[in-house]
Amino acid sequence: MAEKLLIQGNEAIGWGALAADCKAFFGYPITPQNEAIEWFAREFPQRGRVFLQSASECGSINMLHGGAVTGVRAMTSTSGPGWALMQEGMSNLSNAELPCIIVLVQRGWNTTRHAQTDYTSVTQGGGYGGYKTIVLAPKSGQELHDFMQLGFYLADKYRTPVVILSDAILGQMMESVELQTLDFEPLPEKDWAVTGKKDSKDGNRRFSSIAQGMLPTPRHPNLCSFWEDYKNKLDSIKENEVRYETSQLDDAEFILVAFGYVARVCGQALLWARDKGLKVGLIRPITLWPFPSKIFEEKSLTGAKFLVVEDNMGQMIEDVKLSVQGRAEVHLVSSLDRHLPIEEGAIYPEKVLEKLEEII
Amino acid sequence: MEEKWIAGTPKLWRDIPLIIPFCPGCQHGTAIKALCEVIDELGMENNSVLVVGVGCNTMASVLVNVDSVMVAHGRPGDVASAMKRVLGKDTMVITWQGDGDTLAIGCEPTVHAAARSENITTFMVNNANYGTTGGQLAPTSVMGQVTTTSPLGRTPSHGYPIQGSEFLGSLRGVAYSARGAFTSPANYQKTKKYMKRALGKQKDCVGYSFVEILSTCPANWHMSPIESLKWIEEEMIPQFPLGEFKNVDKIE
Repeated sequence: MAEKLLIQGNEAIGWGALAADCKAFFGYPITPQNEAIEWFAREFPQRGRVFLQSASECGSINMLHGGAVTGVRAMTSTSGPGWALMQEGMSNLSNAELPCIIVLVQRGWNTTRHAQTDYTSVTQGGGYGGYKTIVLAPKSGQELHDFMQLGFYLADKYRTPVVILSDAILGQMMESVELQTLDFEPLPEKDWAVTGKKDSKDGNRRFSSIAQGMLPTPRHPNLCSFWEDYKNKLDSIKENEVRYETSQLDDAEFILVAFGYVARVCGQALLWARDKGLKVGLIRPITLWPFPSKIFEEKSLTGAKFLVVEDNMGQMIEDVKLSVQGRAEVHLVSSLDRHLPIEEGAIYPEKVLEKLEEII
Repeated sequence: MEEKWIAGTPKLWRDIPLIIPFCPGCQHGTAIKALCEVIDELGMENNSVLVVGVGCNTMASVLVNVDSVMVAHGRPGDVASAMKRVLGKDTMVITWQGDGDTLAIGCEPTVHAAARSENITTFMVNNANYGTTGGQLAPTSVMGQVTTTSPLGRTPSHGYPIQGSEFLGSLRGVAYSARGAFTSPANYQKTKKYMKRALGKQKDCVGYSFVEILSTCPANWHMSPIESLKWIEEEMIPQFPLGEFKNVDKIE
């Protein structure tokens, strides 16, 4: 059995990266992810892996570009303001089709306290060009650890950046984490990696570009051919990689919807509601992009009502509304429903239950 | 597919079906020719990677027959630092940039790569304006220079030019810093010597190396190629003197 550690979520990121054989980490200090960058500074060099502190998050994302383009598994971690600085880089990594991981430990807008305020930014693509990246939303230290491995697998499979969406609560909370190494399907060889012509199999030079389509590459002679391939790739991800978890959905008349740590809050509310005889279920999107629209579409046809619970002003609710297309009622529990109307406040299961009873 | 080699062009210059990418009289092509020759003469063709930013310099990413990466405007310093750290000392990591790419939008990556004494080499082609976008004020435009965003000439209110070679040469992490030009065959050879010395510092793992190359931009300077060469000698070199500004074998 794999070793078990009692660690912070921010440290679970590191152990997960190690299990995925990540070779390089680039980052800049920012609260509430500092334990992550400190973990890599401590643990990576002594294992012969690269740790490099940048001069800004613009630097981190471009160092990540440099790491990823050599073909090794590389990553960075940050929080909201740093994530904002990385957006040009996200566009470029998407255009250049470079696999890598960006861990975003969310905070409440520009406070250093907990919240889930970057849902829209990660799922819609905050940069230029109209790209999309896979977004995985763990709900525990164990999932942070395991999703690092899943994330690198998906990144390599589709040649795309992958975002792991954590937050201050998941990052700071200590939980028991089993250091398990997960198995995945074999991946294609990275014959595109830029390492010097000595490693080129056919003797030709390799060329990686953030402007695929403008400067012709063998893969993409022009912009439209790039767009076509890129769209096919996104379609394939939507077709094959949607992930979500459900609980007591079969007879549910009221469906809670939550991601990340809030899904655990809702788990408690669900138990209490069932004790009271209320037919409540839960959908927890794991991939925030691609969003699991089909299950919402299906359930909206049963006449169920939805209660979206998220620790922001209402961001995922837009995707839920798009998915049910007006066929079902969609309600919201937001940061305004915290037990205290201050930064330290949190969405409690009591509040979720109260809102459920209101709707019913 | 074997690439065709036309006599008279450097061996590493790729024969590609593109319209000649530089304006008549522009020396950026000359600078890339020098780069091709230097890499070839040092026998580094197969273990070099070229990291190129945005601007006229971007063309180097398609013209030079070595493994190449085209990255964000100003960010080759970051990308190259990471690549070198991952690939290790046996791979030569070279950035090819313009003056805006290196010293305006790219100031942070350049200065911090130099300060960290990254074992990479940066070649900066300085044409005193933004060539690709139509001749705007650059961090290296000289005092009094008319550009499309300093139509009455550069004044103190635009600020003063950055002398990149002297500035970077003053940083502790820098092993080598020099400035050359292509105003004469003698200067061409001297500049190539600087470029080779810079790459030598990287090969010997001494630290960050930097060479600035003064280059003409006749189309945006609104001059003939001959007048442009004269302008480099009369207006640029007095403010950007040629020579070596740092050359050490060990970072102390």
